[in-house]
Formats: sequence, C-alpha cells, structure tokens
Amino acid sequence: MSGWIYRAGVCAAFAVTISVLAGSAHAEAPGLPAPTDATARGLAIAQENDKRDHGWGDAKADMKMILTNSSGETSERALRFMMLENTGDDDGNWSLMVFDKPADIEGTALLTYPHVKEADEQWLYLPTVKRVKRISSANKSGPFVGSEFAFEDFSTQQVAKFAYKWLKDEPCGTLTCHVVERTPQYEDSGYTREIVWIDTTDYQFRKIDYYDRKESLLKTLTYSDYKLYEGKFWRPQQLDMVNHETGKTTRLAWQAYSFHTGLSKDDFTTASLERAR
Amino acid sequence: MRNPGRASLLAAIVALAPQGVHADDLGLRGTIEPELRVFTSSASNPQQRDTDISVSGEVTGKYMWDGGDQSLVVTPFARLDQQDYRRTHWDLREARYGLVMGKWEVRLGFDKVFWGVTEAVHLVDVINQVDIIEDPVKQEVRLGQPMLRLRTTQDFGSFDAFLLPYFRERDFPGPQGRPAYDLPVDMSLTRYESSRQDRHVDGAFRYSNHFGDIDLGLSYFQGTNRDPILTPTLSKDGDPVLAPFYAQMKQASFDVQATKGAWLYKLEGYWRRELGHEYEAATGGIEYTLYGVFGSEGDLGVVAEYALDSRGLMARDPYENDGFLALRWTANDEASTSFLGGAVVDAETGALGFRFKGERRLGDDYRLSLEAYFFGNVPRQDPIYSISDDNYLQFRIARFF
Repeated sequence: MSGWIYRAGVCAAFAVTISVLAGSAHAEAPGLPAPTDATARGLAIAQENDKRDHGWGDAKADMKMILTNSSGETSERALRFMMLENTGDDDGNWSLMVFDKPADIEGTALLTYPHVKEADEQWLYLPTVKRVKRISSANKSGPFVGSEFAFEDFSTQQVAKFAYKWLKDEPCGTLTCHVVERTPQYEDSGYTREIVWIDTTDYQFRKIDYYDRKESLLKTLTYSDYKLYEGKFWRPQQLDMVNHETGKTTRLAWQAYSFHTGLSKDDFTTASLERAR
Repeated sequence: MRNPGRASLLAAIVALAPQGVHADDLGLRGTIEPELRVFTSSASNPQQRDTDISVSGEVTGKYMWDGGDQSLVVTPFARLDQQDYRRTHWDLREARYGLVMGKWEVRLGFDKVFWGVTEAVHLVDVINQVDIIEDPVKQEVRLGQPMLRLRTTQDFGSFDAFLLPYFRERDFPGPQGRPAYDLPVDMSLTRYESSRQDRHVDGAFRYSNHFGDIDLGLSYFQGTNRDPILTPTLSKDGDPVLAPFYAQMKQASFDVQATKGAWLYKLEGYWRRELGHEYEAATGGIEYTLYGVFGSEGDLGVVAEYALDSRGLMARDPYENDGFLALRWTANDEASTSFLGGAVVDAETGALGFRFKGERRLGDDYRLSLEAYFFGNVPRQDPIYSISDDNYLQFRIARFF
C-alpha cells in the first residue's frame, strides 16, 4: 500500500516537473487547447495573434518595396499607407495607399474595404484623368505592381478567412514558434495551404510558406526587425518574400509608423481618394 | 492662354498661398515627353505633312499645410509642335486651392472632374472642355475648368455643387494640323447662344454613392454645351471654313456600375435639352478580366460596349450607333507592360476604326508608348469621314523627374 502511494507520488512529482519544464520552454498563451485538438489549437493561436493587435485605432506608415530579379537587378516602389482598425468580425481594416514611385504612377491610390464573407470593395484613383474607378477584387493571386507579393498577401489576414490546424511547436531563431497550417476559405486564392510560424512569446508572424495549386512550395515570407509601438503593438520593419520558382525576391521596408493619428472614416471615402496627398 | 480672366484667377490663387511653407509640404514633379507622329496616307490638304515632331512638358507644384487639410496644386502644361501653330499651345490643367473640413470640402480654381463609368465613350462627363488637339480620337485629355466646388460626404452619399463662372472654348487644329477636318475651324468666327458668351455662369450638381457592389452617380448640368455645332461658312478672306457655335443646354444624367467578381457591368446616359430640342444618348457594356491567363502572371481584359444617340447621324458625337470591342493585356511585370487593341464599328454606316496602344516603363524614370489609329470603310455621311485619311502612328518617350 505504502509502496503504491510512494510510486504514485514519484510519478505525480515527475509529471509536475515535466509540465513545469515544458511550460518554461513553451511560455505559450494561457488557455490554449491541448495539442490533441489540433484544429482548436490552431484557431486559438490565430485568435491570440489577432487579439494582441487590438486597439491600435488608426495608423500611417511609409513603405519601400525593393524588387530584385533573378539576375540581381533591382527596382524600387514607394508607397504611403493610411489604415483604420475595424474590430468587427466580418470586416477587415480599411486601407488607403498612395504611390510615390515609380514616377509614372505617382499619385495613383487604392482604397480597400475588406470583408470576410462578401467580396472586398476596392476603388482605384487615376490621377492623370482624375478618375475614381470601382475595380474588381477577384484578382487575389495576381502580382501586386510586379512584385512577388500577391494582392492576397497584402490584404488584412482576418482570422475567419482561413481554416487552421496546429502542426507542432519548434524553435525559431531564439524563440519558440507554433507551426500552424492554414487553408484559405475565400474564393480565388492562389494557394492551397500556408504554413505559418507564430512565436509563443508575442504571438507575431515570423515566417510563412506558401504552397501553390500544384502543392509545391512557391514562396517564403520572412518577417524581421520587429519594433514595439506604444508599448503594445508589434510591427515588422522588414518583410522578405522569396519566390522559389523564379528566384525573384521582394523586400518591404516599413518606415515612419505612427498610431492614433486622428484619422476617421471620413479619410477612407471615395471622395478622400481624389484629394491631393 | 489668351484670356486675362484665367491669369487674374491664377494670381488670386497664388495670393492665397500660405507663408512659411515647410519643405516637407512642398512637392514638385514633372514630365517631358518628345513625340513623333507618322501619317500613313498622304494628306488631303497640301499644307498638311506626313510626319510631325513635337514635345510636351508638364510640371506639378504642390503645397500642403494644416495637416494636409489645405492644399495648393498648380499644373501648367505646354506643347511645342513642328507643323501646327495651333498645336503649339499651353494650358493650366490645374491651379486650385483645396480645403477639407471633416465631411466638407471646398475647391477653388482651375480643376478637373471626371464623371462616368464606361471606357470607350464618356457621355456624361461634361464639366471640362476636351483638349482635342492633344487627344483627337479618344478625347480623354481635358482642359482645366475654372470652378468653385463644394462637396460633402455623408452617410447618404457624396453631394457636389459646382459653380462654373467661365467657359473654355475648344481649341481646334490649324490648317497644317493633323488629324483635322478637311475644312479648318476658324475660331475667330465663334458664336454663342448666350449674350454673355464665354462669361455665362454654368452650374452643376452631382450625387454619388455605392450600395454593396453597385456604384451610382446622378448629375445635372446647366450652361454652355462644351461640344460646338460646326457650320460651313466663309472666312474674312473668303476661304471655306467651319464656324463654331456654342449652345446652352440642360442635361440630366446617370452612371451606374455593378461589380460582380471579375465582371463589371456599366451603363451611363443623359437627357438633354438644347435649342428647343430634346435628345438622349446612352452607352454601356461589360468588362471582364481573366487573371493569370495562360499560366502567366498577366491579365487579359475584354471590354465590349455600345453607344446610341437619339439624334442618329445628325449627332455631333461620332458614336451615334456604334459598337466597341477591346482586348487589354496587362503583363503585371516590373516594367508595367501593357497592350490594348480596340475596334469600333458604326452599325449605321459600316465605318470602322482601330486603335492600338502599347506601353512599358524603362528603368524607373522613363516610359515608352506606341499608339496607332486607323480608319477604314468610312462613307461620306459618317461623322468621322473627314479625318479618315489621317491614319497615324504615334511614338512617345516620357521622362519623369
């Protein structure tokens, strides 16, 4: 009897030690479903990533885009972004982007209202003819201004746009990452699945592998140089997309992020698209 | 720019410029674009030539202050032409002050406005005069229009009111110009229905909104018709010429687009009252885009539109019963390469028109473009008959700085 108690005690102590050790290695978010329920765990990781970014309100930022072809030649694009947080589950964050470079499309602007269930609403402003044009948002998989980023890589990544499956946890650099497979649930995606690395400390994206319709690895996106704004909001300063099929790469360099700048819905209308910027 | 009215308005706008503008709020950019035109058939008029070299330049200066809520934009444009003294011209495309106050916006000065949804013909777009010398066939280049514009964007949509105190005459090519009518337009014989002539104050309103995948615009315009009636007459020297007459008109119009996935459905039209007559015109069609076609990264777009005018062949607009079909290839590459090929057929007369445009960027600061315009099977009664011997190729290199 006493021997049984002793063995149970040792086992319990061992189990507690293991879980404490495991816990320290995996400082994951509290309340995450167990690995046995991979679907629930994958969704919870995506929700945690989303939750950590609540409350930024509105933001302005500049972006440089450096396109490099397989022989190493580069060309550059420069854009300015205005963003408005949308906390509803059915709608994504509103965005208005304006091109500064290349010079021949300077002033061209794009306004996007993303939705989960319905098609995104998009308007393009053409400065030479002063025309605002409602455009089709069906072009999800096409390249954005000749870069290795597709339109869908740019649009906001609402949780409900994907189905999730947790695969494993593994080290990623100095951090530990949840590795989650997500499958696009929206129409016209160019990907069958994406493998996403989200760190267990801040729940930020670290890497995404994109698999195309032929099920081969098409592109890899690496997030780096994260910076914390207002003590709460992590933003990567650099994103590198590598196309494994063509050898082309595109680097996004984000600069001059500012939050709570006083933008409102009035700054994200088709009328505001026409204004000088 | 032979009109003192424009110069004084510009002076007033410049006087409104704020003091002590920060360098950050100042933007300056420009374009220089040499051009070669080659006409493939010999001219009907001995003064016309088969080649033409010209160069155009445009500069935009922009000041913004008050957190971007106040702005000044000035865009002068000029062209020097080897053959046609009328094509050597300049214009203030924009010279305007803008003020944004939350849901309200005011603009004052030379400005441009675009109304409508279709691609081939722009029927409801009547605020700005066409720069027919710059863009004789497509007619998408417009002259700056002096205006006071008040706009508000509310939950019920966007509402615009325009006060247009001064009318801009259409500039026509001179006797050496091509493409041109067989008879030159003598602008010294210009007449107006209004006794106030080009000082008639025009006005317009527009409501626009979107409801899900539907975009809607309703507009009203009252004032001088930008499109003149051309009547054959004799010049002071006794030469046969065309004399422009600008009538007063009232126009109510609508434009609507439905965006359903890769399909766009477009329709626009107007009802007009002019010189005691009423007439209507409408145009509409579809635009469909195949994304990533043939396993490439390029898109292939198809535009099919039809235009109808109740005046029939009496219409001054050449597209009175015409069908359009165009294919647009967008490569989505680093150089933004694109090709557009289009055809127009007049269902009444059988006249054909063809258009081709190819363009791409060269490096970061240059853009090459090649355009071609050809006409075929044009009978004498067709409105484009007199320019149908002006088939041409146009090659341009734009340098941006």
